[in-house]
Amino acid sequence: MAQDETHGWRIDGPFDPEAAGKVLGALGHGGFLGMRYGGHGDDWFEAELPWREALVGVGGNGVLASGPVISLFDNCTAMAIWTRRQRFVPHVTLDLRIDYVRAAVPGRSVIARAECYQIRGALAFVRGLAHDGDPADPVAHAAGIFMATGDEA
Amino acid sequence: MTAPFVLPPYARAMGMVQLADADGLPVLAMDFGDHSEGRPGFLHGGAIGGLLEMAGFAALDADLAARAVVARFKPINISIEYLRNGMPQRVFAQGQVLRAGRRIANVRIEAWQANRAAPIASCWMNFQLSPVKAA
Repeated sequence: MAQDETHGWRIDGPFDPEAAGKVLGALGHGGFLGMRYGGHGDDWFEAELPWREALVGVGGNGVLASGPVISLFDNCTAMAIWTRRQRFVPHVTLDLRIDYVRAAVPGRSVIARAECYQIRGALAFVRGLAHDGDPADPVAHAAGIFMATGDEA
Repeated sequence: MTAPFVLPPYARAMGMVQLADADGLPVLAMDFGDHSEGRPGFLHGGAIGGLLEMAGFAALDADLAARAVVARFKPINISIEYLRNGMPQRVFAQGQVLRAGRRIANVRIEAWQANRAAPIASCWMNFQLSPVKAA
């Protein structure tokens, strides 16, 4: 049953970013982190990671760990690819780079918006920006590449 | 005698534990569970990234402690290569400090599962170091 492979996402019809985003925040690692769908466009996807004590990182100052920010970017960039392709295509992350330009303010959600800016056959090129309230004052930037697997490649 | 690296709330919530290799250098381990699952049956790339990063912190902390250097450090950036699927089993990670100067430290980290010679992910991290301010 195809749906079992995607936690209930429809993989045979048009990709529905909002429905997929809601599933993403309900199950598995995305559910553990409490990710929330934020919005999407033709080639971008946005999600929010609410702050909570259990996600605090090294330093003991209440700042969100950077691990959850990696996860947020990984998910948003993958979603941006399916959003641009308008269908679900199985893929793997080849690489992901994140620049942490400043620490997120303790207590604030981190919001990531990712864009799929190019698709060349099996390769999808993505970039993203994360902020904690003001997109003009980001906390992190990301760039990465995903590769479609199986028959799509 | 220096204090061991203390895993922060995120690491504990993810089930990371701190082990040591034969030389006493830190190795982190994390068991698979619903909290770390990405596409069904596989480790989430972000969960692997979070473990790599924490192993980078632990390696740098141990390196500084061994040289009795007291400094704060924060990550500037990280670049992860995903090499193999993360299987639903325990994953390990260990970092190596290539260089730690006065202001910058460069760290390489690898994650592996059953076979250390077949890493599932590799990354580099750059850290900014700063002196600990007097209270």
